[in-house]
Amino acid sequence: MTEKLKHFQRDEDIFVKALAARRHHRMAPVVLLLLALLTTGGIYAALAPSTAKAETVSTADIETGKKLFQANCATCHGPNAEGTDGVPSLVGVGAASVDFQVSTGRMPMQMNGPQAVAKPAQFNEEQTAALAGYVASLGAGPAIPTDEQVDASLGDPSNGMALFRTNCAMCHNAVGAGGALSEGKFAPALWETSERNIYQAMQTGPQSMPVFNDANITPDEKRDIVSFLVEQREGSAGGNSLGALGPVSEGLWAFAIGLGLLIGAAVWIGAKSS
Amino acid sequence: MSTATHDTKREAPAKPTTTVGKAADYLDQRTSIGLAVKEFARKVFPDHWSFMLGEIALFSFVVLIASGFFLTMFFEPSMALETYEGEHPANMHGQLMSVAFASTLDMSFEVRGGLLMRQIHHWSALIFMASIVVHMMRVFFTGAFRKPREINWIVGLILMILGLAAGFTGYSLPDDVLSGNGLRITDGVVKSIPVVGSFMSYMIFGGEFPGHHIVPRLFTLHIFVIPGILLALIALHLFLMVLQKHTQYPGGGRTDKNVVGYPAMPVYVAKMTGNFFIVAGVLVLMGATMSINNVWNYGPFDPSPVSAGAQPDWYMLFLEGSLRLMPGQGTEWVILGYTLPLNVLVPAVVIPGILFTFLFVYPFLEARVTKDDKEHHVLDRPRNKPARTALGVAFLAAFIILALAGSNDLIATHFGLSINAITWVFRILFFVGPVFAYYITKRICLGLQRKDRELVLHGHESGRIVRFANGEYIEVHTPLDEQERWLRVNYEAPAPLEIAPKTDARGVKRKGYASDKRWQGLSRFFYEDRVAPVSPAEVEAAHSHGEHDQLNGSERQAVEAGAGTTSREH
Repeated sequence: MTEKLKHFQRDEDIFVKALAARRHHRMAPVVLLLLALLTTGGIYAALAPSTAKAETVSTADIETGKKLFQANCATCHGPNAEGTDGVPSLVGVGAASVDFQVSTGRMPMQMNGPQAVAKPAQFNEEQTAALAGYVASLGAGPAIPTDEQVDASLGDPSNGMALFRTNCAMCHNAVGAGGALSEGKFAPALWETSERNIYQAMQTGPQSMPVFNDANITPDEKRDIVSFLVEQREGSAGGNSLGALGPVSEGLWAFAIGLGLLIGAAVWIGAKSS
Repeated sequence: MSTATHDTKREAPAKPTTTVGKAADYLDQRTSIGLAVKEFARKVFPDHWSFMLGEIALFSFVVLIASGFFLTMFFEPSMALETYEGEHPANMHGQLMSVAFASTLDMSFEVRGGLLMRQIHHWSALIFMASIVVHMMRVFFTGAFRKPREINWIVGLILMILGLAAGFTGYSLPDDVLSGNGLRITDGVVKSIPVVGSFMSYMIFGGEFPGHHIVPRLFTLHIFVIPGILLALIALHLFLMVLQKHTQYPGGGRTDKNVVGYPAMPVYVAKMTGNFFIVAGVLVLMGATMSINNVWNYGPFDPSPVSAGAQPDWYMLFLEGSLRLMPGQGTEWVILGYTLPLNVLVPAVVIPGILFTFLFVYPFLEARVTKDDKEHHVLDRPRNKPARTALGVAFLAAFIILALAGSNDLIATHFGLSINAITWVFRILFFVGPVFAYYITKRICLGLQRKDRELVLHGHESGRIVRFANGEYIEVHTPLDEQERWLRVNYEAPAPLEIAPKTDARGVKRKGYASDKRWQGLSRFFYEDRVAPVSPAEVEAAHSHGEHDQLNGSERQAVEAGAGTTSREH
């Protein structure tokens, strides 16, 4: 160990000396400046929010989507999806947002309430795609993620855990069992949510949820989070997970099952002699 | 053992023949332990299921010690950092964490039976506290804390508080996010104490939170100091119980001067052994089938994340609820540059202070307002002390409301309610609920007492309507048997204190009158509404005009013959 360290230090010494020798070259500032520009530019290019890629939706689909939209969504969102009083415009929300809202059944909304709740989807996959294509054609926005982007087996659940607990767990619970928000709103449990929908929710920030764009959490990191959440569905190594809700449900079951059985046994023992 | 004693009793000093007998004889000749064994074996204990609640606590403590002993073999109480290399669980692989957390994971996933032991230990802790609380409820509502058992009540309370401390210190050991959040709250609560707060926090954490000392310190407390004191006090608790003899429920032939029950040997030894295996079995069953405190869900401690649904174990939930209910705005005062955080101080220090003080002073308070210095070995039926029962229920109401308030987010998500509305409802309920609970309970108790009076005076309704020759209808009542009557008439219903007048015979103001007056006021609160037990004279009187509810002698025969019935219904 120490041998290795010394070796390493010696190497470093040589490197530092070489660097010091070249530092005084008159081209050094220019090279450095170029390098700095390249790095920042490169990083920006890599991290900048991606705009919608060319849609694979045909014009005919967009037409169908428009008709569906006008029949089912225009009452609230306006005939051209420009939004009405208190209802958001859909120009620029992107296909991902439409796919999330429609495929989880949140839209069309059933009734006014603290938030739109998930329910069985009202449109089939084709119709949803047509709707998404139409809305995407109105303005650029996040595209629907590819299957590879949401493939849990390609993600790193450990990194996903670290990201999830810093960005998501305060609302969704440590393992995505859901949690309360103010005034009757809530962060839903993620046990049943499809990988694609989890990804889309991060991309588009539905309802109370903030947007986690690709600069904030990169596509790879989003996949890590998906991977972490999918892993949680395997259940607990310790037995029944009791809803993964933490000490409150544990306490409830301690009384209901543990103390219930023990008091039952005490009554039985007490009744045995008298 | 028993065969040996039986033999020696009957046939003078015969040598024991069995191996056990020889061993017992060997021990007895050197220690005279036979005397103690004989004394204890003949000790009589009354029988009732509720007397086994404390036993459940004792046996869960035994399971706690045994499983805890196993866990200390593998747990490393260090806050040094390391990278977790284990493969399980996958979401922890490669994470930077404290050695304490890593050893908890290691113990759960690498050590054979480790996770089972951890879960048994944690469930036992929950059941330990739960059975203590239920046992306390039994003692409180039956008045088992009265003289001579006030000291044992105090010992029990200290045991309960030590149980809380043991739970809290153990819960914080794995150094995960959830328990770290709990420690952060503790830090905040300690710091809210005026003047000494920040110094105490620095002392506890060895510097600024979280530091590197807290886990080793909690470990020492958890495995050495607290269980040591617990063990000693449990021994004292049981010793006092044996010394003072066990209380018994009221019933025919049971008085303050006797104990009606069975001898410890063999009845209770068999029952207790059986109960121990049942308790251990249930705890192992829970540990094996229900996951508890999966620390890898929360991850290693990091001060920044707090996940939704972050709560302490149930016995600390009332503190969490108290903090959640306290409005934050306008309750943090800055006086001369010093901050007085009433938003933390009141819910986390003052309110639990009031709750615990009530438990500590209650036995003495009740004795004072009752002017009672007699020994009590026969328990009260809760209805016969309406004010006490009502106060106990009010206390429980406050405790339960606080615990529910500590779960307000889960109530909101599971019942589709607004968390803001729930919080406001609990804020109001915290003040209104206990008063309401007090009133309702007291009325129910008084009602039950009146029903008892009615029963003693008039007997059970038999459902038989009889018409006399003169056209009068009566309903026949069946008189109570001896046992039933004993249960309903043998209790004390103290009256409010009577005090000496304000001035003496010569009109001089009496010293101490004001204090007496206050005690009398409190005594009235306790005993103004009272239902006196039926006196023998009243029973006589009721029976003498028995023609309204009972039929006697020749009259009965005449009526029965007239009605054509031959058998009496009971």
